[in-house]
Amino acid sequence: MNRTLIALVSGLLFGLGLVVSQMVNPEKVLNFLDVSGNWDPSLAFVMGAAVLAAALGFTLAKRRQAPLYAPSFSGPTKTKVDARLVVGSLIFGTGWGLVGYCPGPVLASFLWAGAPAVVFLVAMLVGMAAFSITDKYLPRRTKSA
Amino acid sequence: MDNFTPVSAAVGGALIGLSVALLWLASGRIAGISGIIGGLIKPQSGEVGWRIAFLVGLIGAPLVYAIIQGAPPLSIEAGYGTLILAGLLVGFGTRLGGGCTSGHGVAGLARLSRRSITATGLFLLAAALTVFLARHVFEG
Repeated sequence: MNRTLIALVSGLLFGLGLVVSQMVNPEKVLNFLDVSGNWDPSLAFVMGAAVLAAALGFTLAKRRQAPLYAPSFSGPTKTKVDARLVVGSLIFGTGWGLVGYCPGPVLASFLWAGAPAVVFLVAMLVGMAAFSITDKYLPRRTKSA
Repeated sequence: MDNFTPVSAAVGGALIGLSVALLWLASGRIAGISGIIGGLIKPQSGEVGWRIAFLVGLIGAPLVYAIIQGAPPLSIEAGYGTLILAGLLVGFGTRLGGGCTSGHGVAGLARLSRRSITATGLFLLAAALTVFLARHVFEG
């Protein structure tokens, strides 16, 4: 098995999971975030099951020096909470709460979810590109909590 | 809670977790959507093909599902101005914060990363506060 095929299968599983769990529906996401309204706890079950299944994978991987079909593990190297993480997560959360879309669901559904999904996706890609352009001007090492 | 769907949520979630587990175990990469796209905006040699393959799967599986079963129901309340603002915030914020619901919220929590636990708490808090303000204060 090569890395391209692995990534394809992984993407297929991820996309299927988003549809089966109905996370492609922004309304369902907002109904989870709306704790004081007609609360729908489904998203917590999605995340809970996903974290458990992923944790099994990470636990199995700990016994290995390298992945099955790649020379090395390439994961996050940062360990400290910094201002970028805090500010970025707050900005992301605000945008997520405005519409109910995060990156996975909008990508998984934009081909058949209508114009609003396409508009959100384009704006999201512009936002990501804006980060890549401004990255070097943004403070990198501030206080670590 | 009449709209609560625990079984499909857990099954779908398990598929997402399986995806994350597979990509890490077999390929040593984190299945974080914002990071995967970010790596295509600033491409590095040898790190492009797998990202495109992942996205083909991510987009392809729901497309095939929609063709066979019909598109699943979805509803978007926001107008175009809000959609554009929200998209910009999600795009910029996920890159600045180093991850989104998948990279921090699934993979990071599964690894018990302190950064990801912090990020997930903060983006859930900001999102819930935004929904509260939008639905119960300004729309009241």
